[in-house]
Amino acid sequence: MQKALDVGLPIVAIVFLVVGGVLGLTVAPADKDMGDVYRIMYVHVPAAWAALLAVTVTFVASLVYLLKNNWHADALGEASAEVGVFFGALLIVLGSIWARPTWGVWWDWDPRLTTAAILLFAFAGYLALRRFVDDPERRATWAAVAAIVAYVDVPILWFSVRWWRTLHQIQNTGESTHSVMTKSLLWNALAFALLYVWFVRLRYRVALARQAEELAEPPETEPAHTPAP
Amino acid sequence: MTPAGKKRLTAVAALAVAGAGLVYLATGNIEENLVYYWTPTDLLAKADTVKNATIRLGGMVQTGSKQWNAETLSLRFVMGETPEAGGKTITVVSTGAPPQMFREGIGCIVEGKFDGQIFHADRLMVKHSNEYKPPADVADSHQLYKTLAPETPATHKSGKEDAVRAAPAGTETTR
Repeated sequence: MQKALDVGLPIVAIVFLVVGGVLGLTVAPADKDMGDVYRIMYVHVPAAWAALLAVTVTFVASLVYLLKNNWHADALGEASAEVGVFFGALLIVLGSIWARPTWGVWWDWDPRLTTAAILLFAFAGYLALRRFVDDPERRATWAAVAAIVAYVDVPILWFSVRWWRTLHQIQNTGESTHSVMTKSLLWNALAFALLYVWFVRLRYRVALARQAEELAEPPETEPAHTPAP
Repeated sequence: MTPAGKKRLTAVAALAVAGAGLVYLATGNIEENLVYYWTPTDLLAKADTVKNATIRLGGMVQTGSKQWNAETLSLRFVMGETPEAGGKTITVVSTGAPPQMFREGIGCIVEGKFDGQIFHADRLMVKHSNEYKPPADVADSHQLYKTLAPETPATHKSGKEDAVRAAPAGTETTR
């Protein structure tokens, strides 16, 4: 089963990505306002969903770690956060590329963009925190707390376009989007979800291996520092 | 307390902090306190208090109001609550070529100062809706974005004549 997933998942993910690319670039029609520029939606929106999925997994894994004292959950939280930061950065770069020809600016501090930036930096901070703390027990606990608190940004990000006036448009709906466009978007979303699972499995294994390493060799006792005279 | 119990308590505390933050945001009138842009109605109501302050104004570019002067590179249009006349409106003046998506009837956000009569914009952003639909009347979709450029006369028929007429003659640019 594991072996089959190791080989099969990357293949399926790439097939979905290729099909999604063909659908988005050639089958789906151009938009009445944005022409071909809108096609960035087919990677921007899936990147957003993948990033939200990733940080949600980290949030749940952090809770499981704290409640059940489960070290696998700690490894999964770390793995998913790292993949989440990757998709979050992709989200913002792609959004910016779309914004320039559509809005006329690369960036503006509207509530949606601001909360997206906060999410990216919060989880980058989570990863940094993990590298600052040497003691595994403390590292896992502090990181889990950081992830749970940082996750507050997710509902705010999601509803920002409805709670506040924003430059960013609200979420597409089936009615506001042409059916072929919606189908192409869902294909690409599935492709990105598969990419996410592929990446997380790889990163999770690395995290588990590092945990095993830490358990095997007790932390080196540092040479005693003698204060300079 | 056992280490496991301590962790469980930590989880509850972290959730409580997160939940309290969210409740505060959801109930703390933040919709009113945090406003990304004002509508023309908002701005006219507070016009006296914002002299010389940089503010953001958002609304719809009123149909038939766009005036683009290619020699002075100045753009003038009327911003309203809706694309059609009716309701409060403010005249906006900005310098420099607007984004290609800029046209009448579209949502728009400008940043600048209001002198009581005219809004002088330093930054102009076009707000796109969440509508994604293929065009009804364009054969070659790849030409579509180009034809939407405000300074280029549209090459396809129907609905766009007004926009073309609104631009003074000889305003073609070589962007």
